Amino acid sequence: MSHPQEAAEFLKDTAKSKWHDDTLWFIRDKRDKMSKTIPEWEELRELASSIKDNVLGNLADYLEEFERNASKNGIHIHWAKDAEEHNTIVLSILKKKDCTAIVKSKSILTEECHLNPFLEKNGVEVVDTDLGERIVQFLGQPPSHIVLPAIHLKKGEISELFHERLGTEKGNEDPYYLTQAARHHLREKFLAAKVAITGVNFGVAETGEFVVCTNEGNADMGVHLADTHIASMGIEKIIPKRNHLGVFLRLLARSATGQNITNYNSHFRSPENGKEIHIILVDNGRTAQLGRENFRDSLKCIRCGACMNTCPIYRRSGGFSYKSTVPGPIGSILSPGLDLQKHSSLPFASTLCGSCTDVCPVKINIHEQLYLWRQEITKAQGTSIKGLSMKFGNGIFKSPLSYNYSGKIMRMALKNLPKSLIYNPANVWGKQRDLPPVPNESFKEWVKKNRP
Amino acid sequence: MSSKDSIIEKIRSLKLDQKPLPEIPDFGGATDLVQAFCTSIAENNGEIMSAEDLITKLESGIYPSIFSTDVSFENFSNQALPVDVHSFSKLDLAILKGQFAVAENGAIWLDDADLRLRAIPFITEHLVILVSRDSLVANMHQAYDRLGDQHSGFGLFIAGPSKTADIEQSLVIGAHGAKSLMVVLV
Amino acid sequence: MIVFNFKIRLVAIFVFQKDCLTYYSLMENNTKPQIALFIPCYVDQFYPNVAIATLEVLEKLGCQVTYPMNQTCCGQPMANAGFERDTLGTTKHFIETFAAYDYVVCPSGSCVLHVKEHSPKAQGLEKEQEALHNKIFEFTEFLTDILGIEKLEGSFPHRIGYHASCQGQRGLRLSSSSELNEKPFSKAKKLLENLEGLKWVELARTDECCGFGGTFAVSEEALSVQMGKDRLEDHISHQVEILTGGDMSCIMHLQGIAQRQKQSIKFKHIAEILNQILK
Repeated sequence: MSHPQEAAEFLKDTAKSKWHDDTLWFIRDKRDKMSKTIPEWEELRELASSIKDNVLGNLADYLEEFERNASKNGIHIHWAKDAEEHNTIVLSILKKKDCTAIVKSKSILTEECHLNPFLEKNGVEVVDTDLGERIVQFLGQPPSHIVLPAIHLKKGEISELFHERLGTEKGNEDPYYLTQAARHHLREKFLAAKVAITGVNFGVAETGEFVVCTNEGNADMGVHLADTHIASMGIEKIIPKRNHLGVFLRLLARSATGQNITNYNSHFRSPENGKEIHIILVDNGRTAQLGRENFRDSLKCIRCGACMNTCPIYRRSGGFSYKSTVPGPIGSILSPGLDLQKHSSLPFASTLCGSCTDVCPVKINIHEQLYLWRQEITKAQGTSIKGLSMKFGNGIFKSPLSYNYSGKIMRMALKNLPKSLIYNPANVWGKQRDLPPVPNESFKEWVKKNRP
Repeated sequence: MSSKDSIIEKIRSLKLDQKPLPEIPDFGGATDLVQAFCTSIAENNGEIMSAEDLITKLESGIYPSIFSTDVSFENFSNQALPVDVHSFSKLDLAILKGQFAVAENGAIWLDDADLRLRAIPFITEHLVILVSRDSLVANMHQAYDRLGDQHSGFGLFIAGPSKTADIEQSLVIGAHGAKSLMVVLV
Repeated sequence: MIVFNFKIRLVAIFVFQKDCLTYYSLMENNTKPQIALFIPCYVDQFYPNVAIATLEVLEKLGCQVTYPMNQTCCGQPMANAGFERDTLGTTKHFIETFAAYDYVVCPSGSCVLHVKEHSPKAQGLEKEQEALHNKIFEFTEFLTDILGIEKLEGSFPHRIGYHASCQGQRGLRLSSSSELNEKPFSKAKKLLENLEGLKWVELARTDECCGFGGTFAVSEEALSVQMGKDRLEDHISHQVEILTGGDMSCIMHLQGIAQRQKQSIKFKHIAEILNQILK
């Protein structure tokens, strides 16, 4: 199903879709309130944007600097040109460690690489430890939001799920009770795991350190109890200097959830005695996007999810309707770069309202890129019916005579045809809306009479 | 060609324009750092506690096993630092000392030397961090200025007890890390 | 103080900004600025009253206004559907139609934004195209920024809900966005708030999109209508009598839904309100 069909399906459950919309708006609102407490908020966005602009222009240098410094600190660096290579590298590390059960904290990159099914196929048990991710993992679903993976689920559904999987009391929907059940269940996994995988929020070129931000503490519980820490990092996650973290950490949590900072901001520089840290630097289409002048800036993204929370379409259609690992506005400008055909409806799943661009902490011109992707997509599709009608439209609008004539015919038709002909299934506008009332004369006709 | 080489070569071949790095200004912040810090900790569902109140709590015996890195609470510490931090899986309370803290968001910096074992602030059921009043800075920029190029294998900012809102956006305190954070300003 | 030929009940306090100065310096040299009215195609066909109101307001404010009869469309629907490259003919025709004028004024933020930012480069007409981009204005911003109107007087005792159309809002920055940390401002509110009896109603979501979005209204019909319903609910639940805004595309979409749902809320383009109070 295309996005419009998925959206229509989602909206059929009016109560649930309204709840989804209200819940995400509530988070957008928290973000607003928090940002208004920082007088220099817009300046911070500009700084973050400029820093990331500098990163994209010097990416190769920063990546090499990062590798040099991280290696000096005893971290193993791997490079993966695509998802397959990333997954193979992870598996090879696990095999070396003789490990068949791991814990993983939130990493959208590993989702992008479809790491879990690959590892499972190769006999490795993967436990996602972020509460929201564990929930969707139990359900066999991908996350529907990059920061709030289970935002599409109500507590009743989670209660039922935990009753089945964790033996919690049937019907007990208390979030505290359910969270404690997950805490006990996952604690066993943390204590047993020898290898833990995390994502990377920021990699600092200057020092070779990387930062992982969580509220739950699951990333740290995993890595500090394990012997081997594997960190999957998109090559665009680099920032030049340590003190740039001041800018990004002030923006990230406020944009994502409206908190003044995430609970834990762990800076990894070298492994604990006797342990290992591996970083896998992943391309998987990022260098290709870097080469696209119009869409390069999408790589500035710090994965805060604010664009999803603010998007009136995302709120009313849900993450799954996008069928892309990263959904919402940012997903709609990243994913067509990965697979234009599959994701061609995404840039059109927008009114170009521009709200996403205004909340983006790194000032990506998201709505502009959505417009530009539309131009690429129609070019790639060649002339279609829509294309022909648009060309036809240009013909009409190029010539005043044909414009006036076709306008007159249209108004005459609308005025005189019976409602049954006008409001039929082919008239999509008229399904839930009335057409505008038809005036007797156009403005042009009025001007001819009244302002000769 | 290795993957690294092909990635680097692909990037370099684009010959992108280099944009300059901006200067980060000296943003101010709260004038009353202690008050701002306390407000932030409360906002983060942490608790500001006086040393006396903490002692009363410790004396009540509600935390059977306690590990303290700080001399002032040595008497209450009844756990030795283990070789393997897994042994602390049932630890009730850890008392640690933070190096400094940030008023705008309650973030407290600790590194390997303060933690002793990295898992401790997470594996413990409850957590106390001592913060010196004089060590407060206004914002994260000042925090990184203060850190400079101080090198520790690991360091973190902790700003509150572990939490999640993954179940219908209901805030639950106590996810996988410590279920409470008590901060004592010394 | 520059003297205007304006009608009674109008009080205009002029702010000497650069844009106003350009306009008034033309006036002082006895060359009255020639203003061309650009009317979006669907307003011409379906809402001539809005076009008439726009024209009359400008005339009442002392402007010399012409409506070039051979104008057609700005090309926005085609460009937003992904066919910007096919709007070259329309764009060139547009540039030529409006080349001779000092200002172009349009009662639609989205059309103005399209002309300025999304029309393809017209080879051979580069100078004219650049000049056009600098002289084309949306109706309310023309009144506040070029004519320098600080407030209007008159009576309009109604509860008004303002719909901040997105392209005007975040494209032309006609009012402050709820997303940004900026001092609140609104060009439309400036024009309306001093009217006697007018109550500017605060909404729950001040600038959420109505869901029209051009071809989106048809290609993502379910979403489009739901967004429109939600906007209406916001206004109606705050007892708005008249929903107003600067873009008839949004209003057409919201009005269509309201009529189908038999909701009694009324709709007026801001030009219609101003024309009503200016005599």
